[in-house]
Amino acid sequence: MRFELSDEQAMIRDAVRDFAQGAVAPRADEIDRSNEFPADLVRQAAQLDFMGISIPERYGGSGLDHICFAILVEEIAAVSGTLAVILDVHTSVGSEPILFFGTEDQKSRYLPKLASGDMLGAFALTEPDAGSDAASLRSTAVRDASGWVLNGTKTFITNVGEADVYIVMARSTDAPRAGGISAFIVERDAPGLRYGEPMHKMGLHGSATGELILEDVRLPGDALLGGEGEGFRVAMKALDSGRIGISAQAVGLARGALDYAVAYARERKQFGQPISRFEGIQFMVADMATAVDAARLMTWEAADACDRGVPFTYLASMAKLMATDTAMQVTTDAVQILGGYGYIKEFPVERFMRDAKATQIYEGTNQIQRIVIARELLRGD
Amino acid sequence: MNFTLDSDQKEILDLVKDFAANEVRPRAAAIDERAEYPADLVAKMGELGLMGAPFPEEYGGAGQSYLTFALMVEELCRSCASTGLIMDVNISLCGEPILMFGTDDQKARFLAPLATGEKLGALAMTEPEAGSDAASIKTSAVKRNGSYILNGRKIFITNGEVADTYVVTAVTDRDMGPNGITDFIVEKSMPGVSFTTHYDKLGIRGAPTTDVVLEDVEVPEENVLGGVGNGFKVTMDTLDAGRIGIAAQAVGIARASLEDALEYVQERQQFGKPVSHFQGVQFMLADMATQIEAARVLMLRAAFLRDRHIPCARESSMAKLFAGDTAMKVATDAVQLLGGYGYIQEYPAERHMRDAKITQIYEGTQQIQRLVVARQVMNTR
Repeated sequence: MRFELSDEQAMIRDAVRDFAQGAVAPRADEIDRSNEFPADLVRQAAQLDFMGISIPERYGGSGLDHICFAILVEEIAAVSGTLAVILDVHTSVGSEPILFFGTEDQKSRYLPKLASGDMLGAFALTEPDAGSDAASLRSTAVRDASGWVLNGTKTFITNVGEADVYIVMARSTDAPRAGGISAFIVERDAPGLRYGEPMHKMGLHGSATGELILEDVRLPGDALLGGEGEGFRVAMKALDSGRIGISAQAVGLARGALDYAVAYARERKQFGQPISRFEGIQFMVADMATAVDAARLMTWEAADACDRGVPFTYLASMAKLMATDTAMQVTTDAVQILGGYGYIKEFPVERFMRDAKATQIYEGTNQIQRIVIARELLRGD
Repeated sequence: MNFTLDSDQKEILDLVKDFAANEVRPRAAAIDERAEYPADLVAKMGELGLMGAPFPEEYGGAGQSYLTFALMVEELCRSCASTGLIMDVNISLCGEPILMFGTDDQKARFLAPLATGEKLGALAMTEPEAGSDAASIKTSAVKRNGSYILNGRKIFITNGEVADTYVVTAVTDRDMGPNGITDFIVEKSMPGVSFTTHYDKLGIRGAPTTDVVLEDVEVPEENVLGGVGNGFKVTMDTLDAGRIGIAAQAVGIARASLEDALEYVQERQQFGKPVSHFQGVQFMLADMATQIEAARVLMLRAAFLRDRHIPCARESSMAKLFAGDTAMKVATDAVQLLGGYGYIQEYPAERHMRDAKITQIYEGTQQIQRLVVARQVMNTR
């Protein structure tokens, strides 16, 4: 066991922190208020080689491990949950399925562009009637002479309209539920692809979220990702490492709120002294800091297992559950420590609290995580 | 970052696991019921090299890392929290301060007998009026003819009367506050050492807890540990590391609780199926497992820092805080999962719950841990 960052991991942390504090932090409130996709920051992240962090060097990426990926997402989320989720979705569920399941041709066609940020990635699994029960999805893919024709409606798609490549899951055979699903690579200019009205979210403003509508979308034969009927496995594997990213986002949000609340408590005077002197505040801060550290360690533990190639679904689900419940608790407590000031938009902690709520819901609700964990605990006995 | 054990660690832990499962576990219920000090198991632990696991080989120890030691405590406490505690206190609260602060002569004299199990160690700090406020102790040490004369009463001493070697805190200069406290190595054989009040406790009933009374005990000057006036620092540093052992104990108790509950819920049938099929039960199990994993990584990180001689007050307090609260929560939920059967002594669930409670109290209450963490995080005081 070694509980310290490697030189490489420390270097990435410092580089991302510089970018986050220097370029992202000054923009974070404005992104939240304007609800505009921060294309300029995504471009800057691309120039800094942050878009292909886990893609191997031979495909133009940095070839770094998943702890580096988690560090990247955490550092950005500590200042902007919005930019964090954009980069996270691009890197994990938006790119990794091609890396894990793509043909050599698909990998060399897409990965260098995703790694450089010339293309932005997204992932389209959820449908109006298929949320937690993803295997019940109804979008269809029909093979014809020239390739595939896709129909259906995907919803709650992060990076929708901004992305250049979507990993889309659709039903291509008569096999029931998971067995009938295949994954496809859909490019933004595919005929018949359009977007629904933007969704107005509680938080993560500036991250595009909405419907991806497939109306007789024609795809070439080689758009199939992985084998036919393998789409559910593609999606689940993508979500396993995706959950490392969401855990890291949650850790970042919690840390950002905690740091702000600590600085505030040291300044804010009531009853003649800084409120940081009161045991009631100290006890809250101690519990917040402890949970944040635990959540980060669990996130890195899952990332470490992922990189060693051992099964890590269980660890990733535990990390996601712990980190996102921690994010909700810690951001809520941060608002509480700031009192009335926590409730107004002049201070960022209410934004962290709004952003944190999403982490308990997406990439598998925390209820689904509990089912995954319990299944593993009860397995085989 | 690396979250895996090396093969040497695995090998020695397998040995501890076997011992704990085959020799300790079958005895645990009786040890608890009769409040029986398991002298034979302590002797066996001495033979196996467990009683001085992290001491260097030159002092009769096994030369293991503190991290490996913590995992040993976890395994022992998974079978019997009393047996694990006796070994933990011997090492972390008596052997370790001698190792960290002792002279070569003290190390040579006192460590080997502690490591072999020939002698047992304890720490005598708490007094009737000095619990959390440890600096307010009244036990006095007055210098006379090259010796110190100790007078006072220490209470709640784990290993109390069964121990042979005590690290005792006493006041050498009443005007100096915490800087007037000195630690002494006191032996049971010294005239004037006696024991009263054999506490009848809620849990950890096999680890004797007594008062240690010092009446004109003449302690030679060479038994001063860590220098005159340094006693408070010696004791606080001892507890920084000691808390890792309690965190490990708490993780062990929590794991035992979860494992027993897992077995039960898969056998117990209600409404025509095992209760493990109900989501309400599954969600409880998932939360229990997740909290345990969080506690465990916090504990291991603190132990890693301790091995590297990196200050770990913040990390060990976080570990003790989170693990102690987790043990209490998980053990209580395990009783709940067993329902009426959880409440009766035929099942170990209620013992785990009683044992868990102490981890929130000793070696610094959870409230003191929160103060330690908050001071570090907020840089107050």
